Amino acid sequence: MKPPPFDYLAPKDFGGALEAAAKHGGEAKLLAGGQSLVPAMNFRVTQPSLLIDLNRVPDLDYVRPDGSGGLLVGAMTRHRKLEFDPAVKQAAPLLSEAIPFIAHAQIRNRGTLGGSLAHADPAAELPVLALALEARLRAVSLRGERWIEAADFFQGMFTTALAPDEILREVAFPAMTAGTGWAFEEFARRRGDYALMGVACLMHIDAAGRCDRARLVFLNAGDGPVLADEGAAMLLGSPVSAETAREAARHASEKEIQPLGNLHATPEFQRHLARVLAQRAILSAVGRARPSPKAA
Amino acid sequence: MGVELLPIHLTVNGKVYQASVEPRLLLSDLLRHELDLTGTHVGCEHGVCGACTVLFDGEPIRSCLMLAVQADGHEVATVEGLAAGPGKLHPLQEAFWKAHALQCGFCTPGILMTLVPFLETNPEPSTAEVREALSGNLCRCTGYQHIVDAVMLAARASRESAGAS
Repeated sequence: MKPPPFDYLAPKDFGGALEAAAKHGGEAKLLAGGQSLVPAMNFRVTQPSLLIDLNRVPDLDYVRPDGSGGLLVGAMTRHRKLEFDPAVKQAAPLLSEAIPFIAHAQIRNRGTLGGSLAHADPAAELPVLALALEARLRAVSLRGERWIEAADFFQGMFTTALAPDEILREVAFPAMTAGTGWAFEEFARRRGDYALMGVACLMHIDAAGRCDRARLVFLNAGDGPVLADEGAAMLLGSPVSAETAREAARHASEKEIQPLGNLHATPEFQRHLARVLAQRAILSAVGRARPSPKAA
Repeated sequence: MGVELLPIHLTVNGKVYQASVEPRLLLSDLLRHELDLTGTHVGCEHGVCGACTVLFDGEPIRSCLMLAVQADGHEVATVEGLAAGPGKLHPLQEAFWKAHALQCGFCTPGILMTLVPFLETNPEPSTAEVREALSGNLCRCTGYQHIVDAVMLAARASRESAGAS
């Protein structure tokens, strides 16, 4: 229950972190908030020979407007800051609403946005939220930098598009379109536990009251955040009724997710939860959507 | 490979400490084994039980999920720093005593270090808010009800003493 020995670097600036990652990328682990990495090291499930601690690197902890209504968030921004930041609530209320579901306040005080995304746990909330909100992730290395769409970033269980020498520096969350309804639902055995199932829903209604955009992303429903395109498409083109919500949720939970089951839930039970939670999330998002104003 | 020791200095309960630590030393183990501050308890060592909760720069965190070397230059507060002096109790400790909010006491330091900052930001909490704040700390003796009672008692006492002055 103690980590095995490892070497430790705490670069004082981002350039130093990039050099360390370029030199040691393969055998090193980046230490962000440590709320998943340190327990894994305590259990000796993960045994990196080197830790590159990003906590001494300045200017990675911020929430800034991106100039078009969205947000740029530094990778080392703690969950607790996102949870209460008024700019987050304004631009991406789905985030503000879902972040309290992440573990407990003590964990949210340390855990970081970038750490959670780069860890890519299929049972974590932030990868689901990043995919639902169509976030873009800025990966930097000594070779240069690139922006990665959330849909391309998550590549499987604990696996991302990041190369060993790349560091996730920043995340761009586009503004939720005006009038978009949102909802996040999850079921856990106890408050703060990893959820057995969860779902995020975004919903937009046009001037005629018809759904013209819907997005459903499931948590703990496969080897990464799972986008349910077909279920969401079933909501388009008409007003969303309890009936269509039920059918879309049924389709997504039966056809589009691949829950793996665990000690506390069979895959069948997870599918049941997915159906119930998705139906709830769709109706809740519809209730919050404000139809576009009619053209004059 | 020789084990490299890293020099650190940190402030715990207002007092400056210096130590030389292996990178793998957890903050919880630094407090208990190097600084002899054994009030911080260690339960699960993977962030679930909350027994090791301390304040890091004023905010509650799991000390088993931080490395001691990360505390270099920072401020830590532990249960030993709550009371004003020997033979005295912090008002929340007093309320725990009055409401019988502990039995074996193993979880108590972590719960106190979670709830002291909670009460500072929420001086008039509802019982639902107290339960939410407590959700990251496991207690196997009390069933939590008496802990909730103690927090409500401390909140009331704090309001009454503020009103009286």
